[in-house]
Amino acid sequence: MHPLLGQLRRVLLYLVAWAPLAALLAYLLSMTRQIRPVEAAVLAVPLCLFYAFFCLSAWYPCRTTPVDRTSFEKLLMTHLGGALVAAGVWTFTAWLLAWILSSSINSFHTLTERLLPQLPLVLVTGILLYLLSVFFYYVLIALEASRTAEARVMQMSILAREAELKALKAQVNPHFLFNSLNSISALTSSDPAKAREMCILLGDFLRRTLGLGEKSAIPLEEEMSLIHAFLAVEKTRFGARLQMEETIAQDSLSVDVPPLLLQPLIENAISHGIANLVEGGWIHLNVGCENGSVSIVVENLFDPEAPMRRRNGVGLANVRQRLHTRYGNRSTFAAGAEGDRFRVAITLPAGKMSEREVSAT
Amino acid sequence: MSTETTPKIRAVIVDDEDLARQILREFLSSHPEIEIVTECSNGFEAVKAVAELKPDLAFLDIQMPKLDGFEVLELIGNDTAVIFVTAHDNFAIRAFEVHAVDYLLKPVSAVRFEAALKRAKERLEGKAPANPTSAADLAAAARPPAQYLERIPVRDGSRVFIIPVAKLDYVEAQDDYVALASEGKKHLKQQTIASLETSLDPSRFLRVHRSYIVNLERVAKIEPYSKDSHVAVLTSGAQLPVSRAGYTRLREILDR
Repeated sequence: MHPLLGQLRRVLLYLVAWAPLAALLAYLLSMTRQIRPVEAAVLAVPLCLFYAFFCLSAWYPCRTTPVDRTSFEKLLMTHLGGALVAAGVWTFTAWLLAWILSSSINSFHTLTERLLPQLPLVLVTGILLYLLSVFFYYVLIALEASRTAEARVMQMSILAREAELKALKAQVNPHFLFNSLNSISALTSSDPAKAREMCILLGDFLRRTLGLGEKSAIPLEEEMSLIHAFLAVEKTRFGARLQMEETIAQDSLSVDVPPLLLQPLIENAISHGIANLVEGGWIHLNVGCENGSVSIVVENLFDPEAPMRRRNGVGLANVRQRLHTRYGNRSTFAAGAEGDRFRVAITLPAGKMSEREVSAT
Repeated sequence: MSTETTPKIRAVIVDDEDLARQILREFLSSHPEIEIVTECSNGFEAVKAVAELKPDLAFLDIQMPKLDGFEVLELIGNDTAVIFVTAHDNFAIRAFEVHAVDYLLKPVSAVRFEAALKRAKERLEGKAPANPTSAADLAAAARPPAQYLERIPVRDGSRVFIIPVAKLDYVEAQDDYVALASEGKKHLKQQTIASLETSLDPSRFLRVHRSYIVNLERVAKIEPYSKDSHVAVLTSGAQLPVSRAGYTRLREILDR
């Protein structure tokens, strides 16, 4: 879509911008004293009006040859070629106009002959004016690009924020709470001490998740203790059916991660894996740190023939989106089933809280 | 000992969580008229227990290993009154559409539990008429729209088979039953062919005859049979009659 056409206000502004150019041309023509100022003005105004419209077409080669992605030779060829053609047309029009004027109006007699020596000047002016409009369009394109880039950055940050909020809201899965409360309710009569312990574990977990809303990153160690609080509650529900095994590299504990990034993975492994297995099963969590990136692998047993569950994939999709909006291509996410095992593997750049504080001051 | 004691209501509790079963057990302990005949921790066990013990009442969790609560209900039929017990409130409408007696939410309150039990007793005493529609037909009608079956549970006595629809060759109507042909075997299920048809993805399965639904992936060729009818030859070699209307529909899909 042409940036000027289609909006009357813009076209008018554009034409007004050509007015001084028409004045300039008239001045140049009358400088030689061969052509009277009146004649120069009568020639220059319609000529410039015509050329103003003609130069609108310069937009199209500008759009197809973006200045940052086209070789210099090609740019030069395209626009010089365009300029020569345009200026040729404009010069011919000038001559035609002069011919019409001189043959129809008495006082403009011999204007054609008097214009003839000025034609090279007209041609050069035409080339320059065309190149000027090329330049104008390139500036316009650059402005447009920076505006879209700005809008995209805005859009991305809104998306990132939304993903974060959704993640935090989705965190405390209400069904986890309802089931836990049901377990506590069962324990109050059979084992009051255990019921009290579970209340405390549940409270501990909830308190930890509450404080995370404002933080954009926490050390992995903190996320791990959150997971432990979560697992302690789930252990009461699932008993021996839930087996958790962790291998965590010591140096990765201080690494920063987005809060509640791992917890949904563990919750997923339980609700779509362990909960569907009669005998229960294991979850392996493996965290390693090398070459400046953290790798996290959650693997669990599951029943490939289990009835489908509604929430399946929502938690995973959310983790994937959060990683993507925050780290882009510097992070990876892979999830998939292999036989009776489900595996989620993610990598993210290893940043540390302490380093950030140092660089911030 | 009085010989005139009314027979006890025999109940099963089905939940994969030990503590969830425990609280139901506790609530039932104050009801001597109810006898817990067994407890199950997954769907397969539940179907087996109901087939063998024929209880009057079942407390069913919905999300369980092997079979979910709805699949269990579909397989155990209408003779056992079912009370669903779950943490999810979004299955309630579906639960009543399959004629569950009640729908209890976890954490279960004693008051709600008593109310559910009262309703179950009313149902068992015949105040509410038993539904003549088969459980599988009810389940098919209660399925959320645009969600098609991925697997079909079938029961043979106390054994449960799960047939993934991808392995289903064709379905044949046999009176009130349908025979599901899969991997060279036929499994009978109490359901009408019309209700099963609505549960199957129409882009994968087609009713080619009043009595037959075919898995389109299994159709090897179609041959003329008589003036008005055709037979579909499946990759397994089985031959199914194709009615005139069925032939038109089949051509439409295969020519696409």
